[in-house]
Amino acid sequence: MNSANYLYLSALLFTIGAVGVVIRRNAIVVFMCVELMLNAANLSFVTFSRINGNLDGQIVAFFTMVVAACEVVVGLAIIVTIYRSRRSASVDDANLLKR
Amino acid sequence: MTSNLIVYLIAIPLLSSAVLLLSGRKANKWGHLLGTLASASSFGVGAYLFTQMLAQPTEERAMTQKLFSWINVGSFNVDASLLLDQLSICFVLLITGVGTLIHIYSISYMSHDLDRRRFFAYLNLFIAAMLLLVLGDSYLNLYVGWEGVGLASYLLIGFWNQKPTYATAAKKAFVMNRVGDLGLSLAIMIAFASMGTVSFAGIEEAAPKASTTTLTAIGIMLLIAAAGKSAQFPLQAWLGDAMAGPTPVSALIHAATMVTAGVYLITRSNFIFDAAPTAQLLVVIVGAITLLFGAIVGTAKDDIKKALAASTMSQIGYMILAAGLGPVGYAFAIMHLLTHGFFKAGMFLGAGSVMHGMNDEVNMRKYGALRKFMPITFITFGLGYLAIIGVPPFAGFYSKDMIIETALNAGGIKGILLGSAALFGAGLTAFYMTRVMILTFTGTKRWDDEAHPHESPILMWLPMAILAIGSVLSGFLFTRGDALVHWLEPVVAPHEHGEHSELLPPIVVSGLALTIVLIGISIAVMMYVRRPVADVAPENVSALTKIVRQDLLQDVANEAIFMRPGQALTKSLVTIDEKVIDGAVHGVGAMAIGSGSELRKTQTGYVRSYSALILVGAAAIVLGIWVITQ
Repeated sequence: MNSANYLYLSALLFTIGAVGVVIRRNAIVVFMCVELMLNAANLSFVTFSRINGNLDGQIVAFFTMVVAACEVVVGLAIIVTIYRSRRSASVDDANLLKR
Repeated sequence: MTSNLIVYLIAIPLLSSAVLLLSGRKANKWGHLLGTLASASSFGVGAYLFTQMLAQPTEERAMTQKLFSWINVGSFNVDASLLLDQLSICFVLLITGVGTLIHIYSISYMSHDLDRRRFFAYLNLFIAAMLLLVLGDSYLNLYVGWEGVGLASYLLIGFWNQKPTYATAAKKAFVMNRVGDLGLSLAIMIAFASMGTVSFAGIEEAAPKASTTTLTAIGIMLLIAAAGKSAQFPLQAWLGDAMAGPTPVSALIHAATMVTAGVYLITRSNFIFDAAPTAQLLVVIVGAITLLFGAIVGTAKDDIKKALAASTMSQIGYMILAAGLGPVGYAFAIMHLLTHGFFKAGMFLGAGSVMHGMNDEVNMRKYGALRKFMPITFITFGLGYLAIIGVPPFAGFYSKDMIIETALNAGGIKGILLGSAALFGAGLTAFYMTRVMILTFTGTKRWDDEAHPHESPILMWLPMAILAIGSVLSGFLFTRGDALVHWLEPVVAPHEHGEHSELLPPIVVSGLALTIVLIGISIAVMMYVRRPVADVAPENVSALTKIVRQDLLQDVANEAIFMRPGQALTKSLVTIDEKVIDGAVHGVGAMAIGSGSELRKTQTGYVRSYSALILVGAAAIVLGIWVITQ
């Protein structure tokens, strides 16, 4: 099977993730879209690893997973805290930075 | 010869001034006594030093005292040293002698003033600064005293500065003096740049080797300085307004001593002027113009002090004229300075005495018939009057006659012009002084009912009497055996006799001068005795009289030539400052604020828009890299 197809899939997933981050308001959904983008990147790494015939890409993918896991912990904690204080998980309600 | 007494001349009044200024109200009770005592002790030291000088042979009479090394930078060495020679001692005795008399007078004159202690502190400060001026052995030391008397003059003119016009008069005097001071500082700089020294002795030694151009430049700068301090044309306008100060101040500073500093400066710098004929010519021109200017202004003044001030200006014009005539004239300039110190100080004190009895009225048209009420003032003022118009054997006759004679003998057309100016001035002097006498002391009484003229107390008339004696005798004493001329010979180069051909024999000149004086007196008598004197200045007078009443338009000219263009320059500079410089500074700020407020609009606070921006940015970078590497 042509390796390029994996890259197309990766690009498609990344785009879906990016669009989701930009247009969705629900923090959980935004968060999942970020995960989607990370995993799209992971898919690219793994594909390139396969194309180049070495393990560098796969190692980076593992690093990404570790970082993503940490991010999930911190991110969910923030979302839960915001939900507790504002009774809302909409990212548009958390716009204090403007003021 | 050295003497370590000279410094006490200056130190005593300076210390007294400091004590009076620093001790506050506690000193109010005895402040005037300390001030008078300080001035009198300074006179005592001066008199003792004078006797010491007399005991020495002629060549060894000059005394010096080095106080400390003042400036010591590379080749520029200036000591704070004092020089007491035959010229300085004349001034020392005049300043401290007349000064002490005026201190005594002021005790009584200022007795009702709450600030009498401060007044005496300033008077002492003036005495100290004036002594430093005449005792300094270099132009730089002189400069310190020169500025000091300017300060004291400013403080004393504006002594009653609760009146805004008086404060303005003080400022006017100060500013016009600054113009002159600029001349003096430039003269010092040129002297140092070209000769490498600023001491009198050093410059006297270096002057013959210096170029005429340099000496002329220094001479002109010194003349500007002298014109500023001595109220000579074209810097004369401040003296009339300076009469805002208390009358003793006018007598001491603006008649007898400070205003004669210009004559001292020119006489002291004789080695420069004698080698710079152009500068010397300018000196006589300035002197001749001022002596006529002052005399003409004096004819139309109704304010007794301003009339005397105009007369002072005119008499100093005579001195400057004499000093500008070179070695033949220096001694006569100093002689007229000394006799003038007596009679003009005496007359100012007389004017003060009249004002004292007349509720501080200065308008002579409101006087009249005061002879009966103030006999002592009348006699002392009258003696001063006879002295100033030059009636023999009073002091002014000797000194002024000598100047007229010397001017006439200056040679050629110059001599005739200067001599006629001096003679005409003498006639004008006789006219305006007779006018002052008639308006004040004779005729009918024109004062208001609330005035109660009375004779002044002894503390006031005694100094007037002593000065009147000086006005009678001094001229005779100075000329007996050419005493003053020989006394000053070591300082100002002696003049060779028979150098100039005499235009007219002395006796004819004296006769001519007396005739002109008599004409002046007769005109005044015809105008003010034969006709009744109006107690308000008449309005229907000729255009010429109106111009003279406005001091020959001196203020109008100064305002048109210097003040308005100066103000216009300032205004345009302010506009440039506001529009260009401030515009640039404010423009930078406005630009930062404007761009900031535009950029702020991108900060929506929405996470989504930030992430979209990050995305767009990342995409743009990727696109950029792709385009570049393509």
